[in-house]
Amino acid sequence: MDQSYLKIDRVFKSFSKGLKTTEVLADIRLTIDKGEFVSIIGHSGCGKSTLLNLIAGLTEVTTGAIKLEGREVNAPGPDRAVVFQNHSLLPWLSVYDNVKLAVTKVFGSTRSRAERHDWIMQNLDLVQMTHAADKRPGEISGGMRQRVGIARALAMEPKILLLDEPFGALDALTRAHLQDAVMDIHARLKNTMIMITHDVDEAVLLADRIVMMTNGPAAQIGEVLPVTIPRPRDRIALASHPDYVRAREAVLRFLYERHRFVEAAE
Amino acid sequence: MTVTALKSAPSVPPHSASAPKAGATVLALPVAARRPQRLAGVGRFLAESVAPPLVVLTVLLLIWQMAFSGAGSGLPAPTDVWEQSRELITNPFFVYGTQDIGLGWRVLTSLERVAYGFGLAAVVGVLIGAVLGQSALMMRGFDPIFQVLRTVPPLAWLPISLAAFMDSGPSAIFVIFITAIWPIIINTAAGVRAIPQDYRNVAAVLRLNQIEFFWKIMVPSAAPYIFSGLRIGVGLSWLAIVAAEMLTGGVGIGFFIWDAWNSSRLTDIIVALVYIGLTGFVLDRLVGWIGRVVSRGTTE
Repeated sequence: MDQSYLKIDRVFKSFSKGLKTTEVLADIRLTIDKGEFVSIIGHSGCGKSTLLNLIAGLTEVTTGAIKLEGREVNAPGPDRAVVFQNHSLLPWLSVYDNVKLAVTKVFGSTRSRAERHDWIMQNLDLVQMTHAADKRPGEISGGMRQRVGIARALAMEPKILLLDEPFGALDALTRAHLQDAVMDIHARLKNTMIMITHDVDEAVLLADRIVMMTNGPAAQIGEVLPVTIPRPRDRIALASHPDYVRAREAVLRFLYERHRFVEAAE
Repeated sequence: MTVTALKSAPSVPPHSASAPKAGATVLALPVAARRPQRLAGVGRFLAESVAPPLVVLTVLLLIWQMAFSGAGSGLPAPTDVWEQSRELITNPFFVYGTQDIGLGWRVLTSLERVAYGFGLAAVVGVLIGAVLGQSALMMRGFDPIFQVLRTVPPLAWLPISLAAFMDSGPSAIFVIFITAIWPIIINTAAGVRAIPQDYRNVAAVLRLNQIEFFWKIMVPSAAPYIFSGLRIGVGLSWLAIVAAEMLTGGVGIGFFIWDAWNSSRLTDIIVALVYIGLTGFVLDRLVGWIGRVVSRGTTE
């Protein structure tokens, strides 16, 4: 019997435009345990976002299968909540209503109105955004929007939280704050998280395992590096930690020596 | 008056302290400082926004008056309009008989028809536009047909409409409907196609069904497009109703013009034109205003 929580089994993905077919991902095999934090890193255009979309069900696999708790996923659903790269909050709804939309949809029939309200506030509190509950996304900063995006995703009580380069567009200080917030949430809720990133430090700091992808087309998983640094991790203490330095070096070597990014000829 | 202004002007710049005589006027200012400020705002609004059109209007009326005040002129001058059609101008809501009513009532009758025709066009147009915007295949199939149909002039529909409904009332409403619906469909479809993929992804992850997607994502996201379609549509409706009523009769403002022409009451026609113009203007602004209120916050 297959015991793995999430199993990505021999997945191939190609996009066809007219008669031209481009193979994006080739033979992706990966199993992820419950409660694990996995970072996927690779050069831009290597198909890591495509892989996340496949897990989310937003794109269909060409061949192969993705199974969550033994059941195949081929459509999007709130059990695999996504924190999108550009927050994707609905600008006409307040922060509260953005989270409420998700909570009403997922728990509308199982929880009372008061319970749902408490749950919304609890999740906003988790990302420290209760003070801006009545603000519109246009009125808060980029970092705050991303926090709300995380709260909305967490409020769905997903089996897996998928983060698609969530902090890519933020400045370094805001990014550090949010990384701490995500680590804190992971420690408290023990949820399974998969995070796409192109930031080596971010990958090493947050992940239990780092999945490194080769360059496309037909990108594959090049190497999987376990990060054994004990939690809770502190970014300042970590900077000189030998495991941290070693892990960082391994990722850098992979990205810049063995799979140097070459501009796709187009 | 200009002379005194010129006199006092040189004494103000040296900061009043050196000019004790001018001090009296300077002292009076702080006491009533707040009200004049607000009044100054109103004054500036009047000067910048209200005065220019009033001046232009006066000049145009004067030119008109001079051009047509001669004894043998074919068209009435403004003073003739005032003398012969004063009742219509000053009292929009008189009722002297079934066919002898104020222009306000006639405008309202026409507006009622527009309300039916345009309301129907808005609902049906948004729904069809939403379906077309969602499906590229449907769009490819229907768009060329709509592009052809939308160029058909409103009145060209009237004979067919009369043949189908056998009655002038529903026919007029149908003409409005068929005139207003095209821009609404085309704009709604464009708005739906422009919904960002991000919002669609959110809807997909949440598993929103078609109805939830329509109300929670599509309508708010496409609202600016939808309302620009509605605004064009309401303008066309108003154009169409006046023309349609000329042919179908009844008590609307369009028929009034036709009736006035048949009994050579040119001044009445001019008054009716002003009513039509002002009503069309109000309709356009009303839909524009609703659109702004509804789509507030749909863009960041």
